[in-house]
Amino acid sequence: MIPAAFQYVKANSVAEALVLLQQHGEDAKLVAGGHSLLPAMKLRLSQPTVLIDIAAANDLKGIAVNGNTLSIGAGETYHAIASSAAVKRTCAIVADCVGQIGDIQVRNAGTIGGALAHADPAADLTAVFLALGGSVSVASASGTRQIAADDMFVAMLTTALDSGEIITTVHVPVIGAGQGASYAKLKHPASRYAIVGVAAMVSMSGGKITSARVAVTGAGPQAVRQTATEQALIGTDGGDAASKAAASKAGDDMDYLGDIHASEEYRRAMVKVYAARAISAAVAQARG
Amino acid sequence: MAKITVTVNGKTHTSDVEDRTLLVHYLREHLNLTGTHIGCDTSQCGACVVVVNGKSVKSCTTLAARCDGASVTTIEGLSPDGQLHPLQEGFWECHGLQCGFCTPGMIMAATDLLAQTPNPTDDEIRHGLEGNLCRCTGYHNIVRAVQYAAAKMRGEQVSSPNA
Ligand SMILES: Cc1cc2nc3c(=O)[nH]c(=O)nc-3n(C[C@H](O)[C@H](O)[C@H](O)COP(=O)(O)OP(=O)(O)OC[C@H]3O[C@@H](n4cnc5c(N)ncnc54)[C@H](O)[C@@H]3O)c2cc1C
Ligand code: FES
Ligand code: FES
Repeated sequence: MIPAAFQYVKANSVAEALVLLQQHGEDAKLVAGGHSLLPAMKLRLSQPTVLIDIAAANDLKGIAVNGNTLSIGAGETYHAIASSAAVKRTCAIVADCVGQIGDIQVRNAGTIGGALAHADPAADLTAVFLALGGSVSVASASGTRQIAADDMFVAMLTTALDSGEIITTVHVPVIGAGQGASYAKLKHPASRYAIVGVAAMVSMSGGKITSARVAVTGAGPQAVRQTATEQALIGTDGGDAASKAAASKAGDDMDYLGDIHASEEYRRAMVKVYAARAISAAVAQARG
Repeated sequence: MAKITVTVNGKTHTSDVEDRTLLVHYLREHLNLTGTHIGCDTSQCGACVVVVNGKSVKSCTTLAARCDGASVTTIEGLSPDGQLHPLQEGFWECHGLQCGFCTPGMIMAATDLLAQTPNPTDDEIRHGLEGNLCRCTGYHNIVRAVQYAAAKMRGEQVSSPNA
């Protein structure tokens, strides 16, 4: 399969990419890892007339810890993130999550910015980003802005990004003492995409959960937070009984997508199972 | 059209390609290096894996235009002096293939795996080759072949399991 014809242009920086985006308008698309876009183009589901390659833009690279925030350049590959000592030390859930994406070749190509911009219903990082309450820095011809995780995923394959915008950096909190975060996924046996994935983050004080964020991916059209589960966790000790009770509320209030790999009903059941696993692991980490 | 200069298996080529040309088609159709196979053409099977600038990639999901200036190694480049690469020897000795269709991709993926994990467990080999599908062997002998190569590349004495 061969994509429809397009013009290929390389951008060596965000500034260059922004100029090219303006110049070529709505029919141009950015390509980073290309591991969602190129398969779609080969199937002619997507037919941009200009591809702006941002893989060589050095200002989309870099991993840095500033105070309580871990900032990852949007162009960093999964492989680079999974093997980063800084990520493992400050926010292990991110390294763990990207280390489970696809296979070595997908991890050598795919980027964190591409994953969040594409917002595949079965993507892993979307749920982790939501549970962590992260944010993205975004650049466009008219300046820069921040988009909070809670505002990012609007509908299936649709985010709050405008067509002229580039994600430049992804920010997530450093997991401190008394906090824990974990991702549990039921993976598709061939592609490793999430059939159901649940990410949970908890903060504890004096043996009680003081805040919690839980998000589900894979089961429905977009990653969504599970506020009923979060509310049920707060004030409890996060023990087995409390975790299970809270997890049993997960997925009650969301849309589902079923397919040949797993029915809607099965995904609904698995959301609760994987929510319990993610919460228990997050609590265990928070307890230290 | 894009003009690209790519070093493939140590030899530099300058070519005009359509912007939409995929690396696998460039290798097979422009350079006649047909050792790199196309299996699924949907990024799933790994038959097309080659190494670009030291990292394994699926060449059916990589634009040739992006590889301008890059160094690419394909299965043909593993034994430049006619001496089998330890992985090729391992697949030979351990019967790591049947029809052989998946083998070039398996071997190229395994070079990346062994570069990252020189002393892998069987489990690590199975996970490391997650992106490569084989319809014939049942994987068991592929794991043995990679262990054989890993040992040889660590400088250990190896012997054919069937000898
Ligand atoms: C075989 C296979 C298995 C996979 N398994 C998994 C899996 O288990 N889990 C999982 O989560 N994913 C999986 N994926 C998808 C993979 O993670 C993709 O790499 C990812 O979805 C997109 O990232 P990319 O860098 O490849 O983006 P691209 O494909 O290059 O781009 C995707 C979209 O994002 C836009 N974009 C890219 N970068 C930016 C940016 N900085 N700012 C704004 N827009 C941008 C592009 O214009 C495009 O619309 C798999 C893919 C394959 C081929
Ligand atoms: S042909 Fe490229 S992954 Fe199957
Ligand atoms: S040997 Fe036939 S596909 Fe692997």
